[in-house]
Amino acid sequence: MVTELIFVFQQVANGLLLGVYYLLIALGLSIIFSLGGVVNLAHGAFYAIGAYMIVFLSEHLGYGPAFVLSPVVVGILGVIVERLFFRRFYRADPVLSLLFTFALAMVIEQSLRMIFGATPLPFAIPSFARGMVVVGDFFYPIYRLGMLAIALLAVAGTWFLLNRTAFGKIVRAGINDPDMVRCMGISLSPILTGVCGLGIGLAGLSGALLAPITGVQPAMGQEILTAAFVVVVIGGLGSFWGVVAAAVLVGVIRGLTAYFYPPASEASLYLLMLLVLIMRPRGLLGEKFERLE
Amino acid sequence: MKHKSTISSVGRRRLVVSSSLAMTAGLFMPGIIRAQGDAPIKFGHLTPLTGFLGPMGEYAVLGARMAVEEINAAGGVLGRKIELLAEDSVNPQTASTKAQRMVERDKVDALVGEISSASGLAISQVAARSRTVFLQTGCNSDELRGANCNRYMFHLDACNTMYVRTIGQRLLKEGMVKGKRWMAFTADYAFGHDLFKQMSKFMEQHGGVFVSNDMIPTDATEFSAALLKVRQQKPDIVISNLAGNQTTNFTKQYNEFGIDIPFAGADMNMTSIWGAGKDAFSGTWPIIWTHQVQAPSAQEFVKRFQARWNRLPENQAVNDYLAVKMIAQAMTETKSTESDKVVEYLESGVEFDVLRERKGYFRPWDHQLMYEMYTVTPGNDPKADRYDFMVTSAPVPDKSESLEILAPTKEENMCTFA
Repeated sequence: MVTELIFVFQQVANGLLLGVYYLLIALGLSIIFSLGGVVNLAHGAFYAIGAYMIVFLSEHLGYGPAFVLSPVVVGILGVIVERLFFRRFYRADPVLSLLFTFALAMVIEQSLRMIFGATPLPFAIPSFARGMVVVGDFFYPIYRLGMLAIALLAVAGTWFLLNRTAFGKIVRAGINDPDMVRCMGISLSPILTGVCGLGIGLAGLSGALLAPITGVQPAMGQEILTAAFVVVVIGGLGSFWGVVAAAVLVGVIRGLTAYFYPPASEASLYLLMLLVLIMRPRGLLGEKFERLE
Repeated sequence: MKHKSTISSVGRRRLVVSSSLAMTAGLFMPGIIRAQGDAPIKFGHLTPLTGFLGPMGEYAVLGARMAVEEINAAGGVLGRKIELLAEDSVNPQTASTKAQRMVERDKVDALVGEISSASGLAISQVAARSRTVFLQTGCNSDELRGANCNRYMFHLDACNTMYVRTIGQRLLKEGMVKGKRWMAFTADYAFGHDLFKQMSKFMEQHGGVFVSNDMIPTDATEFSAALLKVRQQKPDIVISNLAGNQTTNFTKQYNEFGIDIPFAGADMNMTSIWGAGKDAFSGTWPIIWTHQVQAPSAQEFVKRFQARWNRLPENQAVNDYLAVKMIAQAMTETKSTESDKVVEYLESGVEFDVLRERKGYFRPWDHQLMYEMYTVTPGNDPKADRYDFMVTSAPVPDKSESLEILAPTKEENMCTFA
């Protein structure tokens, strides 16, 4: 009985960790949408680029520098994409940006397929991070704990940026009432560029983190994007803590379903979303958006 | 669009006149039609190029294209060139539509390809209706050779039973079956279910002790929950009935979780092994062919493939290569492009060089190609490069045994051609 409980506890802990992986992607998706109103369907594709980047750069620079550079490169790509394309859609019908980012996702996926081939690229956990942490009956791979630490750092950093800096103040004000911010003489344009760079960079970071434990293949972005969307919807748009809570909740529910009834492990996400939307149509902590009502 | 502009520029009346002239010419002067004998023979190639079977599909196209190039370079078939129409089959609905279009509009003489059993079934129905020969190169479902078999469909890929018995033979030899507690993870769709069924049958027959089976959704890419369960249950052996990219992820994560319980699977492709990589590939797996097969014709093929595509061939490329070659051989030998003649030829028990030690042949009653299979395991050469780190076993079955011991018997998988 006690050991059974330990295993359930282990699955809960594992679910928490899973939630954090979703969180990195969902957070970027959420802030880009909150501020610019662009639903970035290409977010998963940038995650894939992050994974390919670390595989490619590791060959030339080694794991450490590649790990630092990959999210940066993806973030810069995000800045470029924002400058060239996204900004044309902020005031346009949301359908247009949906169509555009959907197309962008396909272009990126096919480009990866053309450049690197459809076969998954091999990429292993760096040797210093292999092995398990064992505490009594509890055990967990070192690499995943490392991922957790880095992901938490990234989330904390994002929170700090949004809540404790002048940049963050403008972002939050911009989410609330972009017109008023403009009337105050503050240009949102560079802020939007920064937010896209940050959000897409976070997607690149999770790609780099997950590359050693999943298959690095062109369609990997699609797989994670749906889960990230579910997290954003459950958490509620525009809410930092809503997304955090939702990611953890989704992770734990999925982990427990995978333990007790594996065939429903993926479906559990959608069931949870359905329940939350019935009870709280704006998501767990969603805010009221004038322009969306 | 092109069509429309032709009509307007030529003028409707002249078009009607000239087309009826052409039709009359066709009716009364078959000689003119025959003079078109130089028109290429068309092979329709359908296989998934996107989605989780995409990596294999990419190699399938390379194999088929190389076969066509070799045949054309050697003068073609019956003095005519072969033209390959290759498309992404996407899913069963699209596969069916595209096969229909290839047969009706493009007038292909044969269909080749596919990996998904569901899409393969859809294409086989088009093939049967239009009486077009279809050599399927990657569908594993036993039912496709049994309840769903048809006279125009031939099977170059091994069926699930063949995979299961290949790995089963190896596990038996290593004493990993009798009295051993086995735990399974299965892809939650038709293919996985079928594989699990065959695996259970085998393990039961040989005294394995069943612990549990988890059905894993096909969109799952993360297996930590499952792997924690393995450490909890501590079985003697873990069996994977997963498919496609899932296999890569599961293998990688099995390794990551540092599980030292023997691990085997019932279906493996070289693309998944390369994808897992040297540091993460684990377990013992059945496979239909690898570039390490030592038969002279296999090594020749590896060289040619490398020269043409600048990479090593894998198992899927071989099937599609062989399929194109077999149809071409059948057409040459029967001096006909008619599917019925091709079917008769392939059914005749003629032996083909299948790039292995022993020659292969189609069983006439279910159209399954009989050939040697192999098992693969991680190698232990630290200097091996990223394509050559695995070890391919000697052929299964042994030389002394019939090739048919791997495949289901008539009683096990009844097929009647309508």
